[in-house]
Amino acid sequence: MHNFITQYLGTGFLGGLLSAVLPLLFILPYALVTIWLELKISAHMQDRVGPMRTGKWHGWAQPIADVTKLIQKEDIIPAAADKALYLLAPALVFTGAYAAYAAIPFSPAYIGADINLGIFYIVAVSAIVVLGILMAGWSSNNKWSLLGAMRTAAQLVSYEIPSSLAILAVVMVAGSFNLNDICAAQSGWFWNWFVFGKFPFLFITFIIYFIASLAETNRAPFDIPEAESELVAGYHTEYSGMRFAFFYLAEYGNMFVVAGVAAALFFGGWNSPFGVYLSGPVWGAFWMISKAMVLVFVQIWLRWTLPRFRVDQLMYLSWKILTPFALVNIFAVGLWVVLR
Amino acid sequence: MNGDYQMNPVSRYFRNIWRGFWTVLVGMKVTMRHLFTPAVTVQYPDARMTIPERGRNRLYVNMDDCIGCNQCGMACPVDCITIETAKSLPTEDLGTTSTGQKKRLWVTKFDIDFAKCCYCGLCVPPCPTECIYMTDVYEFSEYDRSKLNYSFITLSPDEAAAKVEQAKAAEREAAAKKAAAAAAAAAQKAAQPAPVPASAQAQSQPQSTVPATKPETQQASPAAAPEPSRDNGAEADKNVSLKEKSE
Ligand code: SF4
Ligand code: SF4
Repeated sequence: MHNFITQYLGTGFLGGLLSAVLPLLFILPYALVTIWLELKISAHMQDRVGPMRTGKWHGWAQPIADVTKLIQKEDIIPAAADKALYLLAPALVFTGAYAAYAAIPFSPAYIGADINLGIFYIVAVSAIVVLGILMAGWSSNNKWSLLGAMRTAAQLVSYEIPSSLAILAVVMVAGSFNLNDICAAQSGWFWNWFVFGKFPFLFITFIIYFIASLAETNRAPFDIPEAESELVAGYHTEYSGMRFAFFYLAEYGNMFVVAGVAAALFFGGWNSPFGVYLSGPVWGAFWMISKAMVLVFVQIWLRWTLPRFRVDQLMYLSWKILTPFALVNIFAVGLWVVLR
Repeated sequence: MNGDYQMNPVSRYFRNIWRGFWTVLVGMKVTMRHLFTPAVTVQYPDARMTIPERGRNRLYVNMDDCIGCNQCGMACPVDCITIETAKSLPTEDLGTTSTGQKKRLWVTKFDIDFAKCCYCGLCVPPCPTECIYMTDVYEFSEYDRSKLNYSFITLSPDEAAAKVEQAKAAEREAAAKKAAAAAAAAAQKAAQPAPVPASAQAQSQPQSTVPATKPETQQASPAAAPEPSRDNGAEADKNVSLKEKSE
């Protein structure tokens, strides 16, 4: 058993509910903290100071104020929008982002659903996000939204291939699809982590996965779906208030999913970097979350470093660089595993 | 980059990838360095930049030194300085300015409308006593535009009104006196024809209309007369001495 909630409460209604809600209790404060971090980091990278007043200490309450503002705002539905799809889309996008949390091993004692196809499930369920974004873009009945949605679809479908191939390489090494088992396979000191394994192939795999995952979160430099300078705000141009907040939350939720998956696949997940020292269920959660947060920081860092790709560059990177490299890589790793 | 096109496509492909990675790393290094460089932001209400020495902000008029000459008002391109003055009586001593000039006018109104002011500073150099100048106050926004009309006079409204009345009265008296003198001269002229009639009449005519309405003021102040000329002399002396000092 890897879920302490269902262990104590059983897999009945209460246990299932608590176990499903726990990641949500994590996402909400995490999103607030990350939004604040992003504000501050982006500001300092540009030699500014960012929010300084809300909540007195370095503007820590700014995201709370933002969310409060978004909740109070009018929920505008364009007259020509396809109402049913329009209303459903943000929920679907968030569902896609949130469903992935079920298979992320937060700690040796907590993984929402300890299923054997964990990583496969995450890849599959993340595709719901594409559906939600397409729905949002189409139902808004607005050319910018539609263009943004089509770009998203093209981008996510393209980058799912190198990212899946990269994941597959790790799965071959670990011999399991279950993220908990993949984490367990990296136990011991930090040199057992998969980034350092089968050098340099798994390291290249990590780079490929990380780039592809950036594209999957629709963040700069892969933010052409919501390119402000061309598309106003892309697929969520027409959204306001709480529904817009849902897209926002889904974006930050997604950032953590890809960072968490990267941490679990390549950085030992809940394993302590120092062998058995500082390990255990609580420390496990600490290590998992801090590793993922470091990767989230790298995502933010990259966002404020790089300009946006052009569409053709985006496709070039995916199909002509990442995919061939991932293929060669998976072949090399496979060979290594077989010849071991 | 141009040289790349002479390479064979395969090495160009790998070189391109390598460059892509390398430049991303360079960029990340730059942003990381900036993350730890101190921000340039000055957090305004808590911290302020020092204002340049000759910065143009809100004007101030030191009324103790103002002689009411309206030079500033005439220089102003947007006419936002409104000055009204009243002559002082010869018995009143308004003192001198810090530059040594004798003050002769009661300034009964000195308004600067900062809603109109464009902070060009053109009013500052003409002032003979250097009493209108820029301060370093730049935070004086108001919800109501009329509140931006600043009054600088030191007299209270009642005092100002009294000074205006007093000056008018003095003027009337002077005019009446002049008219009386003119009448006397005319009487004299009638007695013995003299060769200067035209200029005397031209001088007395504009003022002669005033005393007709209130002839009783004629007796009120016999001392009301044109300002003594020695003051002008004294002032000129002072100006000369000042110039000498500054030189
Ligand atoms: S600064 Fe310029 S606009 Fe303002 S009062 Fe002086 S002359 Fe007029
Ligand atoms: S120029 Fe100077 S002295 Fe003359 S009215 Fe203006 S402020 Fe007063």
